[in-house]
Parts: sequence; structure tokens; C-alpha cells
Amino acid sequence: MILIAVISLGAIGAIGALFLYAASRKFEVYEDPRIAEVQDILPAANCGGCGYPGCAGFASACVNASSLDGLLCPVGGPALMTRIGTILGMEAGKAEPMVAVVRCNGTCEARPRINKYDGAKTCAIVSALYGGETACAYGCLGYGDCVVSCAFDAIHVNPATGLAEVIEEKCTSCGACVKACPKNIIELRKQGPKSRRVFVSCVNKDKGGPAKKACANACIGCGKCMKECPFEAITLANNLAYIDYTKCRLCRKCVDVCPTGAIHELNFPPKRGGTCS
Amino acid sequence: MLRTFRIGGIHPPENKLSAGKKITPLAIPKQVIIPLGQHIGAPAQAVVKKGDLVKVGTLIAKAGGFVSANIHSSVSGKVNKIDNALDASGYKRMAIYIDVDGDEWEEKIDRSETLIKDCTLSPKEIIDKIAEAGIVGLGGATFPTQVKLMPPPGTKAEILIINAVECEPYLTSDHELMLEKSEEILVGVSLLMKAIEVNKAVIGIENNKPDAIKHLSQLVKSYGNIEIMPLKVQYPQGGEKQLIDAVIRRQVKSGALPISEGAVVQNVGTAYAVYEAVQKNKPLIERVVTVTGKAVPAPGNFLVRVGTPISQVIEAAGGIPENTGKIIGGGPMMGKALISPEVPVTKGSSGILLLTKEESVRKPIYDCIRCAKCVSICPMGLNPSLLMNVTEYTEWELAEKNYIVDCIECGSCSYTCPANRPLLDYIRIGKGKVMGIIRARKS
Repeated sequence: MILIAVISLGAIGAIGALFLYAASRKFEVYEDPRIAEVQDILPAANCGGCGYPGCAGFASACVNASSLDGLLCPVGGPALMTRIGTILGMEAGKAEPMVAVVRCNGTCEARPRINKYDGAKTCAIVSALYGGETACAYGCLGYGDCVVSCAFDAIHVNPATGLAEVIEEKCTSCGACVKACPKNIIELRKQGPKSRRVFVSCVNKDKGGPAKKACANACIGCGKCMKECPFEAITLANNLAYIDYTKCRLCRKCVDVCPTGAIHELNFPPKRGGTCS
Repeated sequence: MLRTFRIGGIHPPENKLSAGKKITPLAIPKQVIIPLGQHIGAPAQAVVKKGDLVKVGTLIAKAGGFVSANIHSSVSGKVNKIDNALDASGYKRMAIYIDVDGDEWEEKIDRSETLIKDCTLSPKEIIDKIAEAGIVGLGGATFPTQVKLMPPPGTKAEILIINAVECEPYLTSDHELMLEKSEEILVGVSLLMKAIEVNKAVIGIENNKPDAIKHLSQLVKSYGNIEIMPLKVQYPQGGEKQLIDAVIRRQVKSGALPISEGAVVQNVGTAYAVYEAVQKNKPLIERVVTVTGKAVPAPGNFLVRVGTPISQVIEAAGGIPENTGKIIGGGPMMGKALISPEVPVTKGSSGILLLTKEESVRKPIYDCIRCAKCVSICPMGLNPSLLMNVTEYTEWELAEKNYIVDCIECGSCSYTCPANRPLLDYIRIGKGKVMGIIRARKS
């Protein structure tokens, strides 16, 4: 009796095994093993900062690409790209490290609150309803949609100023905050040598008068910086100056001439000479 | 048994404080600010420049596209400037400032009170005149009227439904208009019927306006093919799709236009504006605005020129009371808090509501308790609680699958939520996002 059971079960097993073997051969999908290998060393944050849907998407894009130029995992940076390059036997592409920059300096003192909002506290809802609590309809609202969007804890709203601030060391320039900000204040800019950057910290497109009235630190579109810039890096549109980071050579002449202090310099050492004046 | 729409709905306290108050023409202000974007669609393009002299009824901005509307001067005087002005959107947008000088009207406008019933114009000519006069839906949505009167190819209007529901609490402007301009409204309805070539019209009026129902029912006999239909009081019956359901028992499918069910819906105020435009050559330059609120000294209905700062309209009702917490443009359900009393009255301003400090307090927001009240009252049969959550977690695919774009933004869900959740605030954001995604996919 036992023998019959063993034989019949064995036979069923053997038939099943044959079927499965045939099926696996017939429907086999080849996947480059290097994709899994690359994916293993990616940060698995799935932030989308590379422009692909998650780390798996980026891994297959790297493997299928003919060169790594233009491909960059912003989280891992150039070091990670070099490792991917070794796996794939390619040279890591040249990509400039970027960092998120909040282009608003409308602090609580500079930009007085003229009305009170008591609705749902997200920037998206506020900006859909109206220009915000200050007279500047362009600036940071301070409800922190960017903070929620950041997977790396790299952006926070400073309660003293009411503005979002980026922690540069943590920022991976994935761009999640850029997409989350309904006011389009946050921009990815070139990190620059020693993290030195010069940028216009204002996005107010109003004419000079109303802009200045709304915020003491606003760009009034006077164009002094544009005339001063020796490298033609500054353009003026809609009463607002913009510094092209690909052309800016960090001379800081514009910072000195800006009458409202709207142009910011970051991480520069103190200027030499004349410090006592 | 009175009819109403079949899914959901609420009945907030009516508070029609200004009911029965005669329409009072408001004094012409010293300066008007006429925004170029007073309607849904592309903003109008200014055709005047600084220093130009204009009369009442002069075209000052031309429609900026197919879905857009002409704008006419509501006063006579001189164009002061064309500049940004804060409007009801809460943002500064382009507007024409006109300094008032006298009250001189364009010659072609017939200002007499005599009723003109006969009209020999063809449907095309009527629609052209409506477009010329810059008429938009006066119920609040401000959709250009001429676009609604030209059904897309392949569709045919069968019935005209006139929205005289005024389901928003507090507002009484349409009610008062029906009592005082009833004949004109009925002629306007006949003109609209002629324009879309239908031989049946129904005026839907909620049952809380018995005087208007009685008055119009008597007059309507001499017009033929126009029916007055009293409806059960239920918010948001003034919603286009809800009204169609209530009146002709047909449900407009998700994403479809009312014309797919053979219906064209127009507001009763629009019908009056159509009468004035077609029979009197008068463009849309003034409208009836209700000023109301529990602390307002003298709530009332005022005939206001477009562009008048709302502070002046409130002044006519006795000024801004001491303990005002919020000024709402429109009704309490769908209206919007204004940030300044200097915002001008536009074509879409049906009312100005002043809430007291006690009324305008936001209650603390708690977690959802899964009571499903919002689900049971949603007039579109949606699940507001789910739609809020998917918006919060930016799950746009799920939002689309759950018909977020069908939301009519009536606010019943937020009103009814016992946990005070800002349901509509979130859904509106999600709806905008999903509509953007759908548009991008199509193009």
C-alpha cells in the first residue's frame, strides 16, 4: 500500500517538475544581473531626484545607457557614480553637484504680517486661496510643504524667521522640495567651490514700490546688479533679477551694489581690509 | 412631494436676513477698479489706455479667447491707469482703474423702464448680442454665457433650466430680482429659449421663496412653455448637475457636460442680464449684491456698478460692525474670505457676508472618526474623506480613480464633518493637480 502512494506521488511530482521546467525555459525573461548589482549599492531612498522612477528605474537606466554622462544619483553623489562605473566598466559622467536654495528672505521683521490665516496649514492650500499673510504674494509661506516632502531631513522652517532653510550637508538635491513648493521659491543651484554661492534671494515680480513696501529685503528690479556684473550673468525680467549660476564667477560685486540686500552670498570668508569702517 | 436631487445634500440654517429688502441702487463711487479676469477662462484684453475717456457701457476690454468675455465700463470718466489690483482671488491681477466724472451713458443703451417683449432677432444674433454684452453666469461661476448657448457639434439642447434656487444661506439677490424684475426675467428666459432653439423651459425655485413662486406662476401664464417648479430646500441644489437631477430626473455622467442630457442651465440673474443686453442694448455693468450678516446694521440688496470697492457697498448697509471677524465674498458655503475691503465688486459677486468674530472661529481639527457623514451628504456620491487622504499622500492615480475631478466644491463635507476636518481644502488641491495631470496626458 505504501509503495503505491510513494510511486503515485513521485509520478505527480515528476510530471509537475517537468512542466515547471518547460514553462520556465519557455517564458524566461532575461534580466541583466548588473541591474540588481547596481541597485544594491544605490541608497534605496526612491526619491526620484535622478529623474527616474525610483532606484530600480535608475539602475536599469544606468545599465542600458551607452555612457554615464548626464546620469547622477544626487544622493550618492560622484563617489557612488564612480562605483557604478566600475561595475559597468564605464567612466562616471561629469555632473556638477547641486544644492537646494530657498530664494526668499522675507523674515518676520522684513515682511510684516498684514492679515491672519486660520485655515488648513499647508502651503498648497494657502497659495490656492490667496497671496498669504504678508503683502508679498510671492514669498515663502512658512507652512512647510517642503519639510514634509524632504526624505533626508534637510529642510526646516526656522520659527524665528518664518522661512524654510536648507541644511546643506544633508541636502541631496533630489528636487522634492522644488516640486512641493507652490510658490516656486526653491531652486537647485550649483553647489559651487567650497559651497560658495551668490544668488538673488527674492522672487517678487511686483514693481519696486509695492515690492519694497511688502518686504524690506525684496528685489526691486532696479538693475544695478545687472550693470555691475562683469560676466553678464545677471538678467532682469518682470522686475526681478536672476543670477545664472553657469555664468557667475562669484566676484560678489552685485552683492555690494544691491540697495535692498536681496542678493545673498553664502559661505564666503569675511572680506579682507576695511573691516573697521 | 417636492422634488430635489437624489444623492446627499444638507440643509444649513437659511439666515435670509435681507429677504424682502428692496433693491437699492448704490451711489456711484469716485473710482472703480474693473478687473480683467472676472470670468472663467482667459482674461480680457484691455482696449483702452491711460487717459482715455469712457462712458457707461463703453467696451474697455475684449474677450481674450473663445472662453472669455467682454468687459464694459460701468461708469463714465477717465481711465486713470491699468495696473495690478487686489481682487477676490486674493492675488493682484490686472485691472482698469477709472476715475468717475458724471454719469454719461452710451447713446445706444435704452435706459427707460418700458418692457420690450418682442424680439425679431435670429438665434445667432441673440447669442452675438449676449457675447457682445460680456454676459457671464451670474450665479457665481462666471462662465461666459455665449459659450454655454453654443452646444458642441453633435449635441442638441432639449430643455432650458433656469436656476432660481439660491440655495446658499444668507443670499437674497436672486430672490429680490425675481420679485422686482419678474417680467424682464421671463422675457430673458424666452430669449434664451430662442437662442438655443428649445420650446421648453423650467424655472426651479426653492420652496423657501413662496412669494417669488406665486408671483412668477401668475405671470408665466402669458408666456407659454415656461414652467415654474418649486423645489425642496436642499443645498447644493444650485449646482448645475444637482438642478438637472431635481428638475428633469437625469444624471449627468462623470466628466460630461449638462448638454449631454439635453439640458442648458442658466442663472435667473443671467436671464435678466440677457433681457437687458438683447432688448435694451445694455452690457453687463451692474448687478444685485446682497450685503448681509448677523451683526450688519441694515442687511439689504443693492444694485452695484461693477468695480465698486466692497467697502462702499458695506457702507450702504450700515458699515463694518465692530466685531467683524471675516468678510466673505459670496455666500457662506462657497464664498471666500476676502483679505481687504477694497476688493472690487465683480460680475460674479452675488453677496457680501460679514461674519462676527464668534462665527468665524475655526474649531480644532481632530482625526477622522470614520463616521461617513461626508460620504452620505456628498451630492456627487464621492468619498470626501478618502479624497482628502489621497491628496495628503499625493496619490494622484487613486484620486483620479475615485473621481476627484467630479467634486463640485460645494463644501458640504467640510460643513458636516464632526471632526472639523478641512476636507474641501484638500480635495480642491487634489482636484487641481489631477486636472493638470489629465490635461498633460491629453496634449
